[in-house]
Amino acid sequence: MALAKTGAAAREPARALSPFAVRQFRFWLTNYRRTWRGTVFSGLLNPVLYLGAMGLGLGSLVDAHGTASLGGVSYLQFLAPGLLASAAMQMAMGESTWPVFGSVKWLKTYQAAAATPLRPADLYYGHLLFTAMRLALNSVVFLVVMAAFGAVRSPWVIAALPVAVLTGLAFAAPLEAFAITCKKETAFLLIFRFGIIPLFLFSGTFFPITQLPAVIRPLAYVTPLWHGVVLCRSLSLGTATPGEALIHVGYLLALTCAGSFFACLAYQRRLYA
Amino acid sequence: MDMPAEGASGHTEAAGRLPEEQETYEGLSVPAGMVCDVAEREVLIRARGLTKVFGQFRAVDGIDFELTRGEVFGFLGPNGAGKSSTMRMIGCVSPPSGGELRIFGLDPVNDGPSIRARLGAVPQEDTLDVELTVRENLLIYGRYFGLRRDVIKERTARLLDFVQLAERADDQVEPLSGGMKRRLTIARSLISEPEILLLDEPTTGLDPQARHVVWDRLYRLKQQGVTLVLTTHYMDEAEQLCDRLVVMDRGKIAAEGSPRELIAAHSTPEVLELRFRIDEQEQAVEKLADLPDVRIEVLADRILVYTADGDAALADVGRCGLEPLTSLIRRSSLEDVFLRLTGRRLED
Ligand SMILES: Nc1ncnc2c1ncn2[C@@H]1O[C@H](COP(=O)(O)OP(=O)(O)O)[C@@H](O)[C@H]1O
Ligand SMILES: [Mg+2]
Repeated sequence: MALAKTGAAAREPARALSPFAVRQFRFWLTNYRRTWRGTVFSGLLNPVLYLGAMGLGLGSLVDAHGTASLGGVSYLQFLAPGLLASAAMQMAMGESTWPVFGSVKWLKTYQAAAATPLRPADLYYGHLLFTAMRLALNSVVFLVVMAAFGAVRSPWVIAALPVAVLTGLAFAAPLEAFAITCKKETAFLLIFRFGIIPLFLFSGTFFPITQLPAVIRPLAYVTPLWHGVVLCRSLSLGTATPGEALIHVGYLLALTCAGSFFACLAYQRRLYA
Repeated sequence: MDMPAEGASGHTEAAGRLPEEQETYEGLSVPAGMVCDVAEREVLIRARGLTKVFGQFRAVDGIDFELTRGEVFGFLGPNGAGKSSTMRMIGCVSPPSGGELRIFGLDPVNDGPSIRARLGAVPQEDTLDVELTVRENLLIYGRYFGLRRDVIKERTARLLDFVQLAERADDQVEPLSGGMKRRLTIARSLISEPEILLLDEPTTGLDPQARHVVWDRLYRLKQQGVTLVLTTHYMDEAEQLCDRLVVMDRGKIAAEGSPRELIAAHSTPEVLELRFRIDEQEQAVEKLADLPDVRIEVLADRILVYTADGDAALADVGRCGLEPLTSLIRRSSLEDVFLRLTGRRLED
């Protein structure tokens, strides 16, 4: 009964998704009510611009050159599912850094919630749930635009929706773990510039990574984005195989789980000083 | 407005819930004016050797205290005494580094959620969501406690009346004054009808008028029988609100009792405050030290003479040939107790 243990060793039991997390999810929903229109609009504009400029505009040049190295499909059809996964990554980056940091540093809404029955893990999973919801909404809009552009070749593209969400979560989970520990927000811009943008450019979204020098190719295999891009693409083109899908999904799931483990610890450490 | 009615009547109900926690607090003298109809005093919080360490620094250094249902209990101490660290441990948002802490008979580390469900917390720094409206803040918070919307709605109306914010219900929180934000935080902490309300420096940083409004509200809660734990470095706040308090300094408890008991035990009934010309002060100190039946404290700008009879002491001062610029006889306060116990003043 006596607390001989040190504070760090002693922690509240549950660190899995619980009904308490849903209460925190509802908090984010209440917040989102004020901004959702704008985010849906930009969620619509983003794929229209990219697919228009790069898929159709740049794509007409690529297609004229011959698309054997893309697997014989049009550049638009090659690019669109990759962009779907990349958009999920970028949204996850935005959603799991500044809002988390702001909740603990500026608004202190996390400290307020920590004084209620909710545990730090509930706050984490509540926000992850909200992130998943936003990723799903955004991806649905993206898929509709893709279809409108004629960028879809297979009904399996429906399965690209959960894959895109999972791709986002594989980024969101570790980023949350990092963001909650930050004392200053300057790191986020650096992550964006030197992490997210290079991944966006070199993870197979715009060209197959077989075009990369052989030495740096293994790097792409490690990044979650490549797994998301490749799986979304093979689903959209109708070329996915169960074995390949399992590997990609397994990798993304593993990253999400590992990230969540560390995020729960980090939330606990930050909120229970 | 009779606001947290349940808080006052919750005794029997909660006692039934936790029979093993009913205990008699021996040695507690009941303050006059508080008619005690409860023979059995139910202990809600018990701390033994409670300690909080940050790195090498012992912010809370082995303190013992007990809180019984229905009382207003205070931690009085200067900045850095360890009051907030103690409150955060009670609030189950900071694991103790050592010692024993039981709240409702439960362990704060393992039963945090169930304990926090029965507490209301007003932290030292406001944690309101300034982007939301007054009403939305109460809604969100009530939902955290799993309350139904209609219950929250009904309580929100009562609570906003109680803290005099009814007209601001649909305004954003950001532009509210400090006093209003504080009152809203108090209303928010009451939305779950907690059995214990924790208030960490409820009026620090407020202007005198806003402080009085907050005091008035807290006094009403006290009269309704809500159990309050508060920290403060204002001795008048402690004196007016607390049934019982501990004087805290450098992580330790220096003394415990009701305000009157503390004053009786550690100070004299009256204090004679004397001011002298700067160049005469030193000489005055020497002469005053020879007076019978008094104790003196020398502050930067005045000398305090502790005595049972201020008038007699002042007459003695005159007989020594001392001519103070000003003299004032007042009753002893908790400030004097603190000065006596620690050799330092509370507020600077
Ligand atoms: N999270 C923390 N990390 C390190 N030191 C802390 C922390 N919180 C409080 N302290 C230190 O512990 C001491 C007591 O602080 P606190 O409990 O806030 O005192 P009070 O509320 O009485 O002013 C202070 O010296 C403070 O600097
Ligand atoms: Mg404090």
